Amino acid sequence: MVRMATASETFVLAIGTKKGLWLATSPDRQDWSLTGPHFLMAEIPSIGIDTREGRTRILVGVRSPHWGPTVAHSDDLGATWTEPEQGAIRFPADTGAALERVWQIYPDAGSRPGVVWAGAEPISVWKSTDGGEHFELNRGLWDHPHRSEWGAGYGGAAAHSIVVDPAGETVHVAMSTGGVYRSLDAGASWEPRNKGISAYFMPDPNPEFGQCVHKIAADAGAAGRLYAQNHHGVYRTDDNADTWKSIAEGLPADFGFVMLTHPRREGTAWVVPLKADGERIPPDGKLAVHRTDDAGNTWKHLSAGLPDHEYNSVLRDAASVDTAEPAGVYFGTRGGTVYASADEGETFREVASHLPDVLCVRAAVVAGA
Amino acid sequence: MSCVSGRQWWPVPDIVLLLPSVLQPLAGGQSVLTAPADGPVTVASLLDAVAAEYAVLGRRLRDETGSLRRFVNIYVDGNEVRRLQGMETQVSPGQEVLVIQSVAGG
Repeated sequence: MVRMATASETFVLAIGTKKGLWLATSPDRQDWSLTGPHFLMAEIPSIGIDTREGRTRILVGVRSPHWGPTVAHSDDLGATWTEPEQGAIRFPADTGAALERVWQIYPDAGSRPGVVWAGAEPISVWKSTDGGEHFELNRGLWDHPHRSEWGAGYGGAAAHSIVVDPAGETVHVAMSTGGVYRSLDAGASWEPRNKGISAYFMPDPNPEFGQCVHKIAADAGAAGRLYAQNHHGVYRTDDNADTWKSIAEGLPADFGFVMLTHPRREGTAWVVPLKADGERIPPDGKLAVHRTDDAGNTWKHLSAGLPDHEYNSVLRDAASVDTAEPAGVYFGTRGGTVYASADEGETFREVASHLPDVLCVRAAVVAGA
Repeated sequence: MSCVSGRQWWPVPDIVLLLPSVLQPLAGGQSVLTAPADGPVTVASLLDAVAAEYAVLGRRLRDETGSLRRFVNIYVDGNEVRRLQGMETQVSPGQEVLVIQSVAGG
């Protein structure tokens, strides 16, 4: 089924790569027009598309290997970019820390206009109340007594996932490596919530924290339910992360980076399995997305439109869903190919190829062309 | 660029800061910035003066702790400051400060 955007809508797909940002637009999620590169030779590890308040703001985490990290935003679909003079994210002097990379940009719910969260390296969470132009460091997590025991994953030590309850004050953060932390008071205090998640690579495989979670996402239709793709292990919690249980049965592999959930429908999530820790390729070199419609009890293999052979991996933020009906599913590979599905993963179509490594993908239905 | 060490009492040559082309848009398109100084100043205070006038340029050169970014090199009269006294390296009026990015990346 082809879902056309209305005359006043456009599908936007922002593609962050290791060497710049590309923006794709489409009226129907079938045919895409690309612009770019924006920020040539800077990596774009994080993107947020904020469609609240009657405007479309694209926020990007930019990191030049030479000139460092920053956050920029565009309110005109990439025609112009603005970067706050003093930097949107800047560690306070008393921390002695310096921003290395912005891993996550997460616009909050529509009921909290202007609020945007960010996750960064070194492990930190930030909150903006002015649409992402200036962020404040979350001191509760920064000063957490576990900090000295958190480690760095291969890509660095970062808070890479932020999930905010749209109706309450619960916030979940996932970090590599440290695991999942939960705040019940809008970020003032944090507790580890990893019971049931294995850390097989540690002397104690079931620690309170230290798990290598790769991505978490909330079920939009079931309060207290979240999903986690771990460094080996796919999990679900139904009690707001108090306990987790494996939902990996039925998947060809329990390793991977991606975890997506449906924007509205209960029980629907997507993963992109990779063979293993030591062989980070799609199982048998065959790229496929897997979707569950029953909260992980069963999984459906989806590969229509994907290549017969693919040996590149898909990174944790190189996948996204849009809010259309049916939901669109998008992902990009480290080989620089980007795929879009307009039917929740049943079929995919190539949007772009031969780009640099895809680090981040975000999609949205926006007003205007 | 404003005087980096206070009021001038007699004419002295400026400190000259040369920028690579990639950074020039952040300095209003200028390839050369000049800083009046009435005596030796540190590289840190010179970069403070740069950041006061061109904040984004300042952030490209140093992080928020004041450290020079890893792949940014600054030379004073041809000597890389990391081999001198780092950010505390003295620059005297008339000397030339050169910013060059490392040959790094892939």
